[in-house]
Amino acid sequence: MTTRLRVLDDGAWLSIDDTREVRVSELWRLDAPDFCGCDLADLIVENFQAVGIDGARIEARVHGQCIACGTTGVTGWIPVGRVHDGEFAEFDRSTVRRSR
Amino acid sequence: MPTDVENWKSEVYGREIREHLFDFAEQGFDSIPDDERDAWFERFKWWGLYHQRNGQEGYFMMRIGTPNGVLEPGQLRVVGEIADEYARGPGTNPIFGDAYADFTTRQSIQLHWIELSDVPAIFETLEANGLSTQQACGDSWRNIVGNPVAGKDGQEVIDAWPVIRDLNETFKGNDDHANLPRKWKVSVTGSADGSGQGDINDLAFEPAYKAVEGGDGSEDAVGFNVRVGGGLARNEPRFARDIDVWVPPERVSDVAGGLSALFRDNGDREDRYNARIKFLVDEWGAEAVRETLQEEYVDFELRSAGRDVREEYTYNAGGGERNDLIGVHDQKDGRNFVGLNVLVGRMGAEDVLELADLAEEYGSGEVRLSQRQNVIVTDVPDDALDSLLGEPLLEHYSPEPSPFMRGSVACTGTEYCSLSIVETKNRQVRFARWLKANVDLPTDVDEFHIHLSGCTASCAQPQIADVSLRGMKTRKDGEPVEALDVGLGGGLGENPQFARWVTQRVPADEVPGAIANLVESFAAERLEGESFRSFVARHDDDELDAFVDPEETDYDDPMLHNTKRTWYPYAENDGLDEAPPTPADD
Ligand code: HEM
Ligand code: SF4
Ligand SMILES: [Zn+2]
Repeated sequence: MTTRLRVLDDGAWLSIDDTREVRVSELWRLDAPDFCGCDLADLIVENFQAVGIDGARIEARVHGQCIACGTTGVTGWIPVGRVHDGEFAEFDRSTVRRSR
Repeated sequence: MPTDVENWKSEVYGREIREHLFDFAEQGFDSIPDDERDAWFERFKWWGLYHQRNGQEGYFMMRIGTPNGVLEPGQLRVVGEIADEYARGPGTNPIFGDAYADFTTRQSIQLHWIELSDVPAIFETLEANGLSTQQACGDSWRNIVGNPVAGKDGQEVIDAWPVIRDLNETFKGNDDHANLPRKWKVSVTGSADGSGQGDINDLAFEPAYKAVEGGDGSEDAVGFNVRVGGGLARNEPRFARDIDVWVPPERVSDVAGGLSALFRDNGDREDRYNARIKFLVDEWGAEAVRETLQEEYVDFELRSAGRDVREEYTYNAGGGERNDLIGVHDQKDGRNFVGLNVLVGRMGAEDVLELADLAEEYGSGEVRLSQRQNVIVTDVPDDALDSLLGEPLLEHYSPEPSPFMRGSVACTGTEYCSLSIVETKNRQVRFARWLKANVDLPTDVDEFHIHLSGCTASCAQPQIADVSLRGMKTRKDGEPVEALDVGLGGGLGENPQFARWVTQRVPADEVPGAIANLVESFAAERLEGESFRSFVARHDDDELDAFVDPEETDYDDPMLHNTKRTWYPYAENDGLDEAPPTPADD
């Protein structure tokens, strides 16, 4: 079964199987040495640039800023949740996410 | 590869959306198939309907496009009545109540909590009264802006209102221009004050003189110079670029249509973030835009730019006369227009109706909207001025407001907008009230613009304010709180300037203190008679950052927590799991 993935409203949402599931304005903890120098980036999600899937895992590239060090830019692929039996479950806010 | 949005647009777009919209309205919100919602919500924008954010499922923002901000006699009343009847939802705003209209930075009107099932009735009423939501959002010709008092302004070089009306009639509902790669924002200004804000639009016509062809040079013709590719969004602000073209009024439509077609054919349809014409102008350069326009899109010889009047611009120019259109001003017919301050552009439905009464009683019934979210009552004779100014409604919507009230502009923010990072309008109201009560500007400074945008889309035009505020997050005692980036020294005028972002991520409750400290430093260290904008220009970013100096004060911010994680930021039980159900069809 294919999963339908979209970025909507100029980067405000990720739509997964036609449901608006993931939204901007959250803070995500990020293990992303290629994004900034912090051990863990504290990323404010400002805009979704792209969405993809790797197995059951939904991933996104995000425009945002690390509020700890001020680095701004577009991240690598960050996991946002997974699809199981056709249902999407978003990772908890406190999850540390590793970008690739 | 074309984007999903482009694919949807190529299937159904433009006027034909209406029929589907009405079918869905009749059969109920749930009749939109689940797997088509994304597509239909995107298309509905073309008819002025924008789905509200998460937690507000089934409710829409409705934008009414009023060209040049002109509301003809009777139209404001219609807007007030529609707001009163339909713009009521499950959430009550603690400052503005239950039904209100927002006047926007592009001279339009926004209503919230609109249910799909009410759309046909609302359209019928609007259209019976000469109003429309068509193309108020979506990828095509948006509401055309300009100096709101076109045709009346004592300072006018040329009357832009017939030109704007003609453009509106030609390009609204025009199938050749209905599906552009992205929004297309046009400004036409005829007065010498710069109040059309052409510099921040995709396409700008600005007043200019040109020697008459074959004339003896004794009398110049009045027309417009053309600039292309302005816009503020996404950390990529641009001023419109001069393409060295002058047009007489009767040719404006040809040139505007040519440029819109050039954009239609050459704009980037594969990447929406790169689609605005500002990026095409970056890529091509102004000269190539002119050449392509000449060779492929118009069938007459373009003339080179004429003598502009930019050195006379005063609007948001940082000093001098008529920085905005608030207060009593002369019309060229001897009557007056009276600009009233509407704090953050929001007005309760009852007040809208009362204002409509006052406009009829003291003026012609006409009202106009400015790009600073304010209203203007026009056609007031001298002998009616005192009575109008004495009306109790004007205590609240003042023609002589405090500079902090007068200078406030704020976008929609987390209350309804899915892109937002922070709460905006209510916060800006609280900021303005606190600043008015606690901060004194130097006595010779009566203009101080503070614009608050909830994200980088920049709907409140923060980059052209004295103090620019933009939504962010930070941690305070380890907890995430809403914060604002602070920029300084932006404005328009002959030489427009974007604000420089000098201080990042100030917790929102420390922003009023930061502005108070900034104003104090300005008052202490300015040169004799120096404007705030010149003061900023004279200092480097580090010096300015030191002036900003965030500080907690007795200002209290009830919206510091993540207002986006609520279904409505001011609801008693605000959790997303308390969100109201999709409205039933009735
Ligand atoms: C539901 C509320 C709103 C949403 C979701 C929204 C969405 C957006 C988006 C996505 C952009 C940036 C995209 C771009 O053009 O590159 C933008 C920019 C802008 N919008 Fe809004 N907007 C909203 C309300 C408003 C209001 C109330 C106004 C006033 C008419 C407005 C006027 C503008 C302006 C002036 C810009 C900025 C800069 C530019 O022209 O590039 N928007 N808006
Ligand atoms: S600036 Fe951002 S938050 Fe404010 S209305 Fe525009 S898109 Fe929404
Ligand atoms: Zn960092």
